[in-house]
Amino acid sequence: MDWIQLAIEAGFGLAFIIVVMSMAGLTVVAERKFCGFIQGRLGPNRTTIPILGSIPFFGRLITRMGLFQLVADGSKFLFKEEIVPGHVNKFYYNLAPIVALIPPLVPLVVLPFGQMTLADGTIRQLIIANVDIGMLVILAFSSLGVYGTVLAGWAANSKYPFMGGIRASAQMISYELTMGLSILPVFLWANVPGSTEGLSIANIVVFQQTHWFVYLQPLTALLFLVALFAETNRAPFDMAESETDLVGGFHTEYGAFKFGIFFVSEYAHVIVGSGLFVLLFLGGSNFLPMLPNPWPVGIPGAILSTLWFIAKTSALVFFFIWIRWTLPRFRYDQVMNLGWKMLLPVAIANLVFVMVLLATITPVAAQ
Amino acid sequence: MPESREISIGDVESQAATLQSEKMTLNVGPSHPTTHGVLRLLVELEGDIMTKVTPVIGYLHRGDEKIAENMTYNQFVPYTDRLDYLGPLANNVAYAIAVEKLAGIEVPARCQAIRVICTELARISSHLLGLGVFGMDTGAWTPFMYCFTEREKLMDLFEELTGARFTNSYTRIGGVTRDIPEGWTGRVIEALNSMQRTLKEVDTLLTRNRIFYDRCVGVGIIAKEDAISYGLTGPNLRGSGIPLDLRKDKPYSGYENYDFDVPVGKTGDCYDRFLVRMEEVHQSIRIVMQAIEKLPDGPWYAEDAKKIFAPPKDKVLTSMEELIQNFMIVTQGPQIPAGEVYFEAENPKGALGFYVVSRGGGVPYRLKIRAPSFCNLSILPKILPGLMLTDVTTVLGSLDFVMGECDR
Repeated sequence: MDWIQLAIEAGFGLAFIIVVMSMAGLTVVAERKFCGFIQGRLGPNRTTIPILGSIPFFGRLITRMGLFQLVADGSKFLFKEEIVPGHVNKFYYNLAPIVALIPPLVPLVVLPFGQMTLADGTIRQLIIANVDIGMLVILAFSSLGVYGTVLAGWAANSKYPFMGGIRASAQMISYELTMGLSILPVFLWANVPGSTEGLSIANIVVFQQTHWFVYLQPLTALLFLVALFAETNRAPFDMAESETDLVGGFHTEYGAFKFGIFFVSEYAHVIVGSGLFVLLFLGGSNFLPMLPNPWPVGIPGAILSTLWFIAKTSALVFFFIWIRWTLPRFRYDQVMNLGWKMLLPVAIANLVFVMVLLATITPVAAQ
Repeated sequence: MPESREISIGDVESQAATLQSEKMTLNVGPSHPTTHGVLRLLVELEGDIMTKVTPVIGYLHRGDEKIAENMTYNQFVPYTDRLDYLGPLANNVAYAIAVEKLAGIEVPARCQAIRVICTELARISSHLLGLGVFGMDTGAWTPFMYCFTEREKLMDLFEELTGARFTNSYTRIGGVTRDIPEGWTGRVIEALNSMQRTLKEVDTLLTRNRIFYDRCVGVGIIAKEDAISYGLTGPNLRGSGIPLDLRKDKPYSGYENYDFDVPVGKTGDCYDRFLVRMEEVHQSIRIVMQAIEKLPDGPWYAEDAKKIFAPPKDKVLTSMEELIQNFMIVTQGPQIPAGEVYFEAENPKGALGFYVVSRGGGVPYRLKIRAPSFCNLSILPKILPGLMLTDVTTVLGSLDFVMGECDR
């Protein structure tokens, strides 16, 4: 029995990785396409595969949507020559992409991606491992994420990647504090005194069935979002790559599939980060605030709620793309100032405020 | 057991002299996304702060000035395209006026007006790129694409007028290659109107953007005295608060007939230079609108300069005298009397000067080009030290230089 359970969980895990990786690929295409729309261009619309592309309606549609671009980009990374510059430290140079890819994927196991209403009316959160330290797992692994970047910058043994690596490490460590402090108020609010749920994310989702945290605690949500942008190294916080002054930043010396892995890991990071924001502040797989969940009993409900969760996550990924193509980039010292002098004090004040609030009045939704 | 000693900040400071630290030398360019061409900077870094910057130029040197001595005056026009290749028409006009001054001929009013329209459109096209690239250097890609879309419309207009989109070679000594095509002015007005809408959008995306503002304000400040002593010209000089504009101060090609303002900055930082360029686009649009409105009729080349401007083709094919005239100009070049002249025009990048020495005949004896980008770049070692490495992109973007002109 245990073995079957394990096999099911492993299968789910694999499915999750496949879904997130293909979503990462799709996000790349979406980024190019939306960037094109934002800039008044068409974006990728010509790449095609000989036979598939000539299917009467769908072939043309998919070509125009640029979906074949995904295949083209991926196979380009695969078939390019793997050049390892002579001056790199080979072991760490090869290790860095692996270290970069794993941290965004591991937290998937503690993300509740859907919910299933059983026949007797009880609701079960769909999650691979419902551990009571769920949030800690995520924080721990997202802290590891910086190692991939720093290792890449350091192992390349070259000046531009080195500076990218240094900037990335300083930035990610700084914003980790804000991130941690902006998560705490949520858990404080959701866990009534004496609760044993701890840092389980599933608990937060259950809590948000009627009210979402995004309007219960807007400031917390904003702080978390900003920290998320910085953690995922996305514009306007993309200090680590900053292509106008550091050329490519930490991955300047990488080519072919190793670069592809960095590329995918960045987008996987964005997707997991968006998923986390949806779970913590936008109700996870719950339908809409102040409305009962319409999910039917059994498997169809589970699928519908999962799709709803993915839809919310995609909307947030679109937000990431939108921001990137709208705003200029910060300067490195401005990022540091913002993190330490603005966000951190505000996050602490916010935490204290929520604590005092919770101690004096009963929160709206804490029944 | 060794005694553990706690090191306080003060201790570290007292040891700072003995602590090991070294500066890093970073080679930026000649092939680097921020250098807009082939500028190379040798940067000495202490952490992320630059302590010394040495520009290394000459990667695009083609010897234009020497080349000029081996060809007739008109044959050199395509080479002027390749000086500031973001606004070639302005270079053409500046060169033509310089040689015409030497020859002592005056082009008719219509030709002057056409040249003013061309120069101002070139200025708009160059500034659009400058603004867009400046945005891109700070990380905002979208305004760049908006500017480029507008620039594309100007390119189409240039193609219609001159036959070439990029290297126009429109002027000849004593005139231009052809008259304005039918309906062209209307299309120019149309393009400029749509451009004003786009500029408003760029304005909202960049000018009032907090990140952009923080990146630019107080960065790369050029003091008034420095701007003068380093020989800065154009928007970079005006950004420092000096209202020098050759179109106002030494009007040429009939600029005195148009009503326009010269925008100046206050502090001379990158933001001021950005604003000055933004406003200059609006002023250029004003000038073009006025020039189109009162575009005079009449000849579009100097008809009386028989030995300088080739006659129209239909006359060449029917009249003996014109045939000989055409033959002489094509084989010998326009006959310019002996003498020397220096003429500076207000180009998009600054004052572009031509010093022409003639010993008579159709070939210049010596031609010297005063390139604004060359002088503007000379201030880099002065303003960059003390800034962070990321500011290189901001400052270079705000100086808006072209290496084709700097290295020539």
